[in-house]
Amino acid sequence: MSEPVKNTLLFLVVAVLIAIAGFMQSWNTALLILNMGLVSAIMAIGVNLQWGFAGLFNVGVMGFVALGGLAAVLVSMPPDPDAWRAGGVRVLIGLALGAATIIGAVLVYTRVKKGPLRAVGIVAILVGGFFIFRGVLDPGVDAVESVNPALSGYLGGLGLPVILSWPIGGLLAGGVAWLIGKTALGLRSDYLAIATLGIAEIIIAVLKNEDWLSRGVKNVVGIPRPVPYEIDLQNDPDFVSSAAGWGLDPVEASTLYVKLAYAGLFLVVLLVILWMAQMALKSPWGRMMRAIRDNEVAAEAMGKDVTRRHLQIFVLGSAVCGLAGAMLTTLDGQLTPGTYQPLRFTFLVWVMVIVGGSGNNFGAVLGGFLIWFLWVEVEPIGVYLMETITSGMAEGSALKSHLMGSAAHMRLFTMGLVLLLVLRFSPRGLIPEK
Amino acid sequence: MEFLNAFVALSNYVLIPGIAYGSQLALGALGVTLIYGILRFSNFAHGDTMAFGAMVTILVTWWMQAQGISFGVLPTALLALPFGILGTMVLLVVTDRVVYRFYRQQKAKPVILVIVSLGVMFIMNGIVRFIIGPDDQNFADGARFIISARDFKAWSGLDEGLALRTSQGITVITAVVVVVALFWFLNKTRTGKSMRAYSDNEDLALLSGINPERVVTYTWLIIAALTTVAGVLYGLDKSFKPFTYFQLLLPIFAAAIVGGLGSPLGAIAGGFVIAFSEVTITYAWKKVLGYLMPEGLEPDGLVQLLSTDYKFAVSFVILLIVLLFKPTGLFKGKSV
Repeated sequence: MSEPVKNTLLFLVVAVLIAIAGFMQSWNTALLILNMGLVSAIMAIGVNLQWGFAGLFNVGVMGFVALGGLAAVLVSMPPDPDAWRAGGVRVLIGLALGAATIIGAVLVYTRVKKGPLRAVGIVAILVGGFFIFRGVLDPGVDAVESVNPALSGYLGGLGLPVILSWPIGGLLAGGVAWLIGKTALGLRSDYLAIATLGIAEIIIAVLKNEDWLSRGVKNVVGIPRPVPYEIDLQNDPDFVSSAAGWGLDPVEASTLYVKLAYAGLFLVVLLVILWMAQMALKSPWGRMMRAIRDNEVAAEAMGKDVTRRHLQIFVLGSAVCGLAGAMLTTLDGQLTPGTYQPLRFTFLVWVMVIVGGSGNNFGAVLGGFLIWFLWVEVEPIGVYLMETITSGMAEGSALKSHLMGSAAHMRLFTMGLVLLLVLRFSPRGLIPEK
Repeated sequence: MEFLNAFVALSNYVLIPGIAYGSQLALGALGVTLIYGILRFSNFAHGDTMAFGAMVTILVTWWMQAQGISFGVLPTALLALPFGILGTMVLLVVTDRVVYRFYRQQKAKPVILVIVSLGVMFIMNGIVRFIIGPDDQNFADGARFIISARDFKAWSGLDEGLALRTSQGITVITAVVVVVALFWFLNKTRTGKSMRAYSDNEDLALLSGINPERVVTYTWLIIAALTTVAGVLYGLDKSFKPFTYFQLLLPIFAAAIVGGLGSPLGAIAGGFVIAFSEVTITYAWKKVLGYLMPEGLEPDGLVQLLSTDYKFAVSFVILLIVLLFKPTGLFKGKSV
């Protein structure tokens, strides 16, 4: 079987799997899997850029995804004028002072000659700056958070169309990635992994605790949508009559329509990103990246600036993850920092890339769809399996209820098993790198 | 008096919790550092191995409690600990035979082994949640305090009470025993010496007739003991929840790297550095300063540098500072 035929067949298999879910469960479930699969595929392309192209071990995907989600809130939610009047400017000044402190310390470190004077200077700037920063910021934060805390209590966003937040989410994630990369990319691969793991936890901690920014664990709900609302469609006589023409009742038709609209939008983004990633892979730049990945020393001897190229691709890959994160939050319609879990948002994306085929963009896309499908469907399959196993047991026995209750945790086990099996028997993934 | 009060408050909220937490981190970091030194990869499944060991211990503890077996004033979990260690030993040796050995024979790159350990992490996480569920579990029993705040106040006549919980005392004593035993093993026994030789130079060790598979098996057995002890102590001191164990990965790795990966002494030092910086930076100093500052100058606010939710940020920043200025860690570690 030739290469393209095999790959097409693999994609067909995934499509059939999703269609089976549509027939067996409901088309709403199937479309939800498709939409999340599209988002996951974009995340997987982002990680594949970093790992597959350049061999960078980034386990902070969750942080960049969450930054994208933050962008969705900051761009699309309406601003809260009362909160701005109460302390918005003060918060901004506080943040600027904080940034100035760090820049000042870095300037002293780079400009002043090494010695006790420099060390004292840096410590003085950092300690003094920290207290000034807290002194300015804290009252502002308190003022903002006390404005109507039950419903708002944050500064709000810019009130722009939510689609704009997708590229802005990418920019935000890319900007943070630049800061991290500047400090951490010179380090060995293990250290980079731990550093990115830590950064992701810190970003989530900020989202959870800084209520003035995005309401923290109180969540932001009702983020504007780029597609129509179901209720509007159901009240639209044209839509109801055309739904009747398809033989569907208006409620189901409207939910399907909305999900299809999202799928269309996401598909466009995925195709654009995929095209760009393919172009990058085939370009001289892509060949250079892979050369650096395969032999850093040789590439350096050829005059390539390895650290700089690593920084470049680290920023690009993280930006793609941020973009996907903004899309995800748009799809959910809410930002819930409590739901960001590293297993789901970092390591699952890694499973997608490894299973799909690291170094191959189509592999990453395939892995995104396939693993997301498994992640969703393992749970009902697990419950079904447990029902079969426990069917002989007495009703209400402790073991039976325990087994049934634990069926939901089968998905982690399955993901680990899939990852280990692929690594062992097909280490290059389903669609290997050419 | 004021000074004594300040010191007691400081011990109560910073020194004692810091020492207990530091011992737990040190035990975890010792495991990470041993795996790094001998198997040469960063094991992401370490936190979940701790959770597994603690889980087996908890199950045995519950069984013992149901049978009416108790350890007097000490928690029953200490009696169950050997069973937990045995269970974890079986798990780790089986995992090594089924999963890791293949890649060792292939001489796979360390980063591949790291990804393999991600898969193991998923599986262990799944097993733990499957068996005991994702919720908090309480298994501490026996006396709660060695010194309770009220007794201390009555005895010393100070305003501040000093409380020393049983779990904190046990943590420190157990950690000291385990560390002494480990260092004795590594430095005095034949197997320990062969492990250190293998860690220093694999080829030379092979040439001098050291059996690598034996070294690796012994390493996993020691890791099983270390992780289970660390996991049980952490569970006794705080509480057992699978997800918290996963999150411990970050401070544990930070401790191992700050101390210098591959250096056991460094892992212990790193554990205490990380623990004390987390506790001091997230502690509200109002009380201590209130006693120390002259009349009228007492602080109004909490004097808390960072809220406790940012404790990850603390271990992370220390990690970055050490890496930027002393890339091999405080004690000279190795790099693969």
